Amino acid sequence: MTTNGNSVLDPTSEREVAERALLDRPATLDGKVVGLLDITKPRGDIFLDRVEAGLRDRGAADVLRFAKPTYTKPAPVDLRHEIATKCDLIIEALAD
Amino acid sequence: MTTARPALPDGIVAIVKRDCPTCVLVEPVLQGLAGDGFVVWSQDDPSFPSGVGAGDDSDLSVSYHWDIETVPTLLRIEDGEETDRIVGWQRDDWERFLRVDGLGPDLPDWRPGCGSLSVDPSRADELRARFSASGLRSRRIDFAALEDEFEAMYDRGWSDGLPVIPPTEARVARMLEGTDRSPDDVVTVVPPDLVECTVEKVAVNAVMAGCLPEYLPVVLTALEAACTTEFNMHGLLATTFFSGPIIVVNGPVRQRIGMNDGVNALGQGNRANATIGRALQLVIRNVGGGKPGGVDRATMGSPGKLGWCFPEQEEGSPLSPLSVSRGVDPGVDAVTLFAGHGPQSIIDQKSRTAESLARTFAACLRSVAHPKLCIKIDAMLVISPEHGRVLADDGWDRSRLEGRLAELLTLDSDELIAHADGIAEGLPEGFAGMELPKFRDGGLLICHAGGGAGLFSAIIGGWVNGEEGSDPVTREIS
Repeated sequence: MTTNGNSVLDPTSEREVAERALLDRPATLDGKVVGLLDITKPRGDIFLDRVEAGLRDRGAADVLRFAKPTYTKPAPVDLRHEIATKCDLIIEALAD
Repeated sequence: MTTARPALPDGIVAIVKRDCPTCVLVEPVLQGLAGDGFVVWSQDDPSFPSGVGAGDDSDLSVSYHWDIETVPTLLRIEDGEETDRIVGWQRDDWERFLRVDGLGPDLPDWRPGCGSLSVDPSRADELRARFSASGLRSRRIDFAALEDEFEAMYDRGWSDGLPVIPPTEARVARMLEGTDRSPDDVVTVVPPDLVECTVEKVAVNAVMAGCLPEYLPVVLTALEAACTTEFNMHGLLATTFFSGPIIVVNGPVRQRIGMNDGVNALGQGNRANATIGRALQLVIRNVGGGKPGGVDRATMGSPGKLGWCFPEQEEGSPLSPLSVSRGVDPGVDAVTLFAGHGPQSIIDQKSRTAESLARTFAACLRSVAHPKLCIKIDAMLVISPEHGRVLADDGWDRSRLEGRLAELLTLDSDELIAHADGIAEGLPEGFAGMELPKFRDGGLLICHAGGGAGLFSAIIGGWVNGEEGSDPVTREIS
């Protein structure tokens, strides 16, 4: 394996998942920025359009749309970071 | 743990690079020799030497695995193994090595070679990571391109509050050069989660703490000592008391890795002092899972819990080294782990006799934990060079000082009983009417450190000792 400046070795006992823990669910959507992650399966975008409209009706400050390059692999770390940076909440849309 | 060495054909193998003037000089010779039984590998340009069909070693895997340090190098390969090599250009050597005459008649007799790209300092870490680190087993954690890696490590809870160095493969591989031990060798079982901790995990945390590779053997031994039943790292972590693991280093390793036993020896400013103790604490935190507010229940804690390690100043000390007093041969590298906190100052600028100074030490040591408590708490006394000189001038050595302090710290238990002197703290009534030692046998550890100016010494207070607490542990550094 070649070195990667953005990759480090886990210093822990590896008994817990490497990702950070999920935040608690908010009690309300008021003032929250919600991200919608399309995993790019067919017609997922249509489903998410409806979800987006519903979220705006329920007080979300903004709804941001994201898409994975392919549904067959986990979201790239850069995309995950962008979502974490921009959004208070994320909803991942499965489809089929 | 290295990747597989590329096979080379039997015969002669030449390793060259175009960037080497000597290689360019001998290009006609190589062109004349190339063919069956003579192959060339080029580090930087497979079209060089022209017309010989050189192998492409631009990833340096041949050069790295065959330990090429100079170009040109000629290897003699028999049954797949190297049996001989020569480096640089020296006509006589080449003719003897190749068993031919008349090589390069127009060339100078001798030219030194150049450094192999595989040992170029700017490439060495990357190559070591690529070819040696593939055996590292730790989970790889990727950070986003726009993610701040230092913040990401804080977010994951890997830090003691100060920044940590990202433990990249290259850095961890370099750290592991500091020990002969295999990365998957289990060092010890680390509390509180009782996790088997490998050399590799120690190296990862040592990188994060800021250690250099040459500190690693000290860190490994300190961790082994800390995780013994006697030292009781679990209890020391969990206690509401102030203490943490303190590492005292003895032996030539102190100078070899540049530790500071002089000015500010117990303070900040020296990399080895600061990072060895921190590495131990990061292993407890990250591998063992021991975090403040979790299993660490310290009421207040103490700043030394970030990591506290210092070397004894053996040179010029009137005392035999602490490690020697605890059974290690003189001149042997060792660590002593002590569960402590502090320091508490001792000022005595007037004593010019050892007896007077010993009385000062005893008076101050009596206050360890509480003037009315005894036996159950150990202490360390760190004597400064100026106080050491007062002892030396009167010819006092370790045993004389220890003996006198034991006499001076033999207490009238009537003064120690609960409610004596209007203080509720104290011993049960049943202890009245006897003499009791302030410290148990071996419960006062004495060492020598500090700058040359200052008639001060230091008390490092201990935690509860024995079965319910921690006993000091001394280990030779392997």
